[in-house]
Amino acid sequence: MTSKYLIKNVSILGENTSDIFIEDGKIARIGSSLEAQDATVVDGEGLIALPGLVDLHTHLREPGQEDAETVESGTQAAALGGYTAVFAMANSKPVADTAGVVEQVFELGKDSGWVKVQPIGAVTQGLKGEKLSEMGAMAESRAQVRVFSDDGMCVWDPALMRRALEYVKTFNGVIAQHAQEPRLTENAQMNEGKVSAELGLAGWPAVAEESIIARDVLLAEHVNSRLHICHLSTKGSVEIVRWAKERGINVTAEVTPHHLLLTDELVRTYDPVYKVNPPLRTEEDVMALRRAVAEGIIDIIGTDHAPHPLEAKDCEWACAANGMTGLEQALSIVQKTLVDTGLISWSRVAEIMSSKPAEIGLASDQGRPLAEGEPANIVLIDPHAERIINPQEQATKGKNNPYRSMHVPGAVRATFFEGHPTVLDGALATPHTQR
Amino acid sequence: MKHLLDTRDLSLEDALNILDTADYMREVGTRTVKKLPALQGRTVVNLFFEDSTRTRLSFETAEKRLSADIINFAAKGSSVSKGESLKDTAQTLAAINADAVVVRHSASGAPQRLAEAGWIDVPILNAGDGTHAHPTQALLDAMTLRQFRESVTGIPTRGSTLEGMRVAIVGDILHSRVARSNMWLLHTLGAEVVFVAPPTLLPIGVEDWPCEVFYSFDEAMETDLDAVMLLRIQMERMNAAFFPSVEEYSRLWGLTPERFKTLDKSKQETAILHPGPMNRGLEISSIAADSQQSWVLRQVNNGVSVRMAALYLLMTGGSSADFQTH
Repeated sequence: MTSKYLIKNVSILGENTSDIFIEDGKIARIGSSLEAQDATVVDGEGLIALPGLVDLHTHLREPGQEDAETVESGTQAAALGGYTAVFAMANSKPVADTAGVVEQVFELGKDSGWVKVQPIGAVTQGLKGEKLSEMGAMAESRAQVRVFSDDGMCVWDPALMRRALEYVKTFNGVIAQHAQEPRLTENAQMNEGKVSAELGLAGWPAVAEESIIARDVLLAEHVNSRLHICHLSTKGSVEIVRWAKERGINVTAEVTPHHLLLTDELVRTYDPVYKVNPPLRTEEDVMALRRAVAEGIIDIIGTDHAPHPLEAKDCEWACAANGMTGLEQALSIVQKTLVDTGLISWSRVAEIMSSKPAEIGLASDQGRPLAEGEPANIVLIDPHAERIINPQEQATKGKNNPYRSMHVPGAVRATFFEGHPTVLDGALATPHTQR
Repeated sequence: MKHLLDTRDLSLEDALNILDTADYMREVGTRTVKKLPALQGRTVVNLFFEDSTRTRLSFETAEKRLSADIINFAAKGSSVSKGESLKDTAQTLAAINADAVVVRHSASGAPQRLAEAGWIDVPILNAGDGTHAHPTQALLDAMTLRQFRESVTGIPTRGSTLEGMRVAIVGDILHSRVARSNMWLLHTLGAEVVFVAPPTLLPIGVEDWPCEVFYSFDEAMETDLDAVMLLRIQMERMNAAFFPSVEEYSRLWGLTPERFKTLDKSKQETAILHPGPMNRGLEISSIAADSQQSWVLRQVNNGVSVRMAALYLLMTGGSSADFQTH
């Protein structure tokens, strides 16, 4: 069965208006006034076409925490957010530190068919930071793992981090570091500063992130390997990455949508929906992160989508879990903080949310240009739409959404995953299971 | 004023209302029959998620003197150790029609969650939360400072602020809810607040607070202090590199016999306060604790009065004007 779709009058990367003809999972033609018999026509008037988004930082929670999220619900959320690929973090239960677990996640993703699910492997066994996991076996498995991360935990031991960076060169892998010096963040609850002092919540100082990033860029330089910094959150971290890039170190950096918008002032409510790791920082940090994306110091947006069951947040701050959901509003937050503020163009959005994360994660069929012959991974967005975030209406099981009731710009109208519409008219269509 | 969660948002008017009411409650405590019928038939729950002897005793005394029915709920454990959650506890108390909840919790912000999460809709009195706030302690300290000033200057306590007083709080500011609540309240009442501590025990961000900071106790003492409040050094700080040794802490930041003598000799009269329980010989020497200048037991006495006042005002919607003598 071949499906044909003709997207009419869509603005490609927010620039030229064209028609896009999709056939056999590929972009068959791009041009004006295209016609195709027996193709389903999608009206692209007023919409912008971007390559399908790629999230290098998603927590799908399966296996082990299916009350928080499943591959099915998480990938539905991803499709609704305009994604065609997500990288699933390794902190499942059991931890994705063996070929068996990464293959399980890979197959679950394939079966669900909403997006491509690319598992991330743990750097150390059980995320304990003690012994390397069998990264070679995961790389050679059907899941073809190339990104390794202990996310949630920092690979704090400098000797182990050095070995990990060296070892993944075997298969051109990359270590995605959760930069958090553990001794400086014992029992840490929120950003350390003016607000934490008043609230009496133990501080998570910027230096705990920056000192690890400084160490790791030097290690990456020393062993000539590839390093990716997860969810960079401070102004100082930006300066260190800037320095490292000027020096030619092979480092890439990620920022989450929430660190581009929210600040630690929100913690004054003691509402754990704002509890996240790394924590929400100050206005000054937020502005520095936005500029860093515009200047190319920060390479990608990673959602750090972290769903939790209700009870994990319906409690006192200190008892609550870290994390917030992100997949279904990442694009809107990026539009609000970076595009509508005039800092970046839509073509830069395509880079930071699609082509660059695909490149870092070596997902060769993702993040491709919108050009004839390329895989038809496409998202259509309405940049003029306005919507109010309602966690109850979202596909993710996690209702821990810090943007609830917020007015945000932009809405995903359609998502094509390898030529198949997973989202049409802003709602879930059908999964792409004939693969 | 629906709840008493913090002193940061307490207006001058509200603070004086509580203090003036407390002055009246203190008179009640000196009578042979120490009871008022104000809260007869009302149920107050003392919800203590953290060990406390002194504060619980004080609240219980206050509640009894107001004729309230009391339920003591020592929910040690809470959701921190996977017991019953704060939410379930709160909803249980709502279901038995509690009229007010006094809560102490090791998690900063827990009383605010109780007040704002929608689990229960009654006045919440914060009896100390984590390292955040301890409003009734600050109020009893302010009450004590008003009495001290009356004894020195003859200015009557009723209606008076602490304008012009200079109060030093010495010790573990970083982890102290007492220091935070005192700073906000004393500042609102017009006093100058001085924090004295080693840099390790001051929070990042202290520079934004309405207070002066001294690392040296001796230098602070040269600035004409009206009162010195020593904070308790907790056992768990002693092994966590906040200071090299107990002996060194005591030498540099304790109210040693030598420092007490200096204080005693200065022409300025200086009150000594401590929220208790005291580590004698550590942050305060016995000679200072047991001296004429020590107002420590008066603080305990005032604690009952202040808590009576807070319960009365929150639960009846009354004011200090209810007790104007004719």
